[in-house]
Amino acid sequence: MNSILSIHTIRFIALVFVQVLILNHINFLGYINPYIYIVFIALFPVKNNRIVLILLSFLIGITIDMFLDTGGIHAGACVFTAYARPLILKSSFGMMYEHQTIKFNSVEFGSKLIYFTLLIVLHHIVLFSLEIFSISKILLILQKTLFSSIFTILLSVVVTIIFSRKTK
Amino acid sequence: MQQIINFIIRNKNFLLFLLLFGFSILFTIQSHSYHKSKFINSANFLTGGVYNSANNVSNYFKLKSQNKLLSEENKKLRSLLLNSKTEVDSSFIDSLTFGKSYRFYSANIIKNSYALNNNVLTLNKGFNDSIRQDFGVISSKGIVGIIDKTSGNYATVISILNSTSSISAQLKKTNHLGSLIWNGKDSKFTQLIDIPKIANVKTGDSIITSGQSSIFPKNVPIGTIESFKLDQAENYYEINVRLFNDMTSIEHVYIIENVNKEEITNLLSNN
Repeated sequence: MNSILSIHTIRFIALVFVQVLILNHINFLGYINPYIYIVFIALFPVKNNRIVLILLSFLIGITIDMFLDTGGIHAGACVFTAYARPLILKSSFGMMYEHQTIKFNSVEFGSKLIYFTLLIVLHHIVLFSLEIFSISKILLILQKTLFSSIFTILLSVVVTIIFSRKTK
Repeated sequence: MQQIINFIIRNKNFLLFLLLFGFSILFTIQSHSYHKSKFINSANFLTGGVYNSANNVSNYFKLKSQNKLLSEENKKLRSLLLNSKTEVDSSFIDSLTFGKSYRFYSANIIKNSYALNNNVLTLNKGFNDSIRQDFGVISSKGIVGIIDKTSGNYATVISILNSTSSISAQLKKTNHLGSLIWNGKDSKFTQLIDIPKIANVKTGDSIITSGQSSIFPKNVPIGTIESFKLDQAENYYEINVRLFNDMTSIEHVYIIENVNKEEITNLLSNN
């Protein structure tokens, strides 16, 4: 239990630092940034209390917001994603979620990709809607969501592959 | 009563979600209105410290280009100093003779931002360096933004690349006034609106600050006219302004304090 706690603490801090010090300065083609800290929410243990996940998501979101001066847009998007996570887990893993036996290190690549995609696209839609905050610019929201999602999905899949430990 | 408690326990996830999401929306809306964001800004001890130490490292990679900018500015100032008799009417460029009304502080940008819809920068000077809200920020090439929040050693700047910023600006040739806003699309361009139709607007003309807002002095350069068109009512021009500043790479900036500001605002509020 203790090691799980420390892993998640380290992951939390590391992801925040990587996000605000490196990834937010990429600005590929002017505005495309990956938001990799979503991996924290994605890889949070399934069995744990849902309230803890929602609180921690709010915390990571508001920390990012504080660094980026963006009000509460990351916090909002994170809380929304954390609340919707069981639904996404169910739709992408099906039976495995029902039996509570998901280990993110050992699931199939295909369903993992679907899970990440759903989670990230949802997060980005909420994020950019809150950032731009105007329905008349819906095309800009969708455009930003599309390009940033592709970037984030690629990067988070690569990161999880690199940092996953094989459990046999 | 029992039923209410049961309801809360049954829906505790959803209620917590609603509460936190409500908080986020509140913070977001506050950040959209001028000078309202109270808690969540990067001018605090933690974020300022992190950005400052990261900036200490990344500074070295920009040394060459920043040195070049500064030496160019030195060259310009030196030539002004030698030819100072020809430039006597500008309170901004020749701050020595008109130095009574504006005070300058130098600072470094430790967090730049230009890709969002509402960009906010962070500086390494704060309240302890006598920086206060609503001081102007310029670089050697032109306008940068306005100070928003200050903490002990750090301050945040509402960049001109922020959809809530609106700065009084004018054409350099004639004195037609307008306000400078940003449509959130391109970090190289801002928009100047409310220039009357009667003004003689040409592409390539310079835009400067008007000096009517008690934040910026007159004659701070902003940019040149890239293109222009009449607005929907056909009474005013909407002008696309190409900025002199490359907002994606700014490091050294100057903060301007208007010493007479209190007097001006008192006078205006008495009316």
